[in-house]
Amino acid sequence: MTARRSLIAPATALLAALLAALALAPRPAAAVNPDEMLNDPVLEHRAREISKGLRCLVCQNQSIDDSDADLAKDLRIIVRERLKAGDSDGAVVDFVVSRYGDFVLLRPPFKMATLALWIGPALIALGGSAAMIAYLRRNRRRVAGDAAKVGALTTDEQRRLAKLMQDGAP
Amino acid sequence: MPTRAIYLLPLAVFLVMAAYFALGLTKDPKIIPSALIDKPVPTFKLPPIAGGKGDGFSSDDLKGDVTVVNVFASWCIPCRAEHPLVTELSEMKIARVYGLNYKDKPADALRWLKAFGDSYYATGADLDGRVGIDWGVYGVPETFIIDRSGKIRHKQVGPMTPDSLKNQIVPIIKELKK
Repeated sequence: MTARRSLIAPATALLAALLAALALAPRPAAAVNPDEMLNDPVLEHRAREISKGLRCLVCQNQSIDDSDADLAKDLRIIVRERLKAGDSDGAVVDFVVSRYGDFVLLRPPFKMATLALWIGPALIALGGSAAMIAYLRRNRRRVAGDAAKVGALTTDEQRRLAKLMQDGAP
Repeated sequence: MPTRAIYLLPLAVFLVMAAYFALGLTKDPKIIPSALIDKPVPTFKLPPIAGGKGDGFSSDDLKGDVTVVNVFASWCIPCRAEHPLVTELSEMKIARVYGLNYKDKPADALRWLKAFGDSYYATGADLDGRVGIDWGVYGVPETFIIDRSGKIRHKQVGPMTPDSLKNQIVPIIKELKK
């Protein structure tokens, strides 16, 4: 009993320490420094959401929310400044796009230039399945047609068949 | 016979894809086309590098004549390699070449210019990089060519090379000056 209790106490302490560490640990994969954050949690949340959709141009496959690059930090601060100035989310994104082009958007916009990108895969899938269905249908029809043709034995064939059945040799 | 021709279809698809991929390989994904081509230069006013010569420069200086803006910094290694070409371009006297000193410490920038030569018509210090962002700068060096009406007509991402100077920058300036 005493032995068990002496084990429980350190275990509880360890668990508490782990929980505390977890609570204090910074959230992974975000480069946002505490000094960049806005005091208003609603604005900060919007800033985070916008930042996640903007590409860091230095390390191109990261968002500015993830990236530690200097330029990403500058852009994060600009996003927050624009939000504080009362810009809508769309206006903030437009501000960055007007300087860096559509490429900064991690999710490409749906417009004429990107039409092939968005509907291309669907078209290919559609075309492929149409071709496959057509092929299978034609195949089935051909097999059925062949069967119908074969089904009608001529009298000569019937005689040969009957002979075969009798003799067991051609 | 059309049924036999269908067996060539995979080959045809492969060839089309191969052509696309081959084309893709010739492009450098690090070079992002500028969103500002054929757009007016952003409005800005830059002070000179603290302790240096001149009065800086602003968007108003980039109107009326063909000009070049070269983004540089003392901490940028490719800028060193490029700098003799910037000097060469300045000395051709075909366009004023402005230096946009991007996110640099003034003392470092002045020492750098002293060591490698300052042929810029004027330099401006963009200490916090805000003007650079307005220009869509995402790396240093970058070089812009601006036409008489103050529109950006060409952007070179990364250092100029003897080849890009001779075959792109100079011909574009000459064309714009016509």
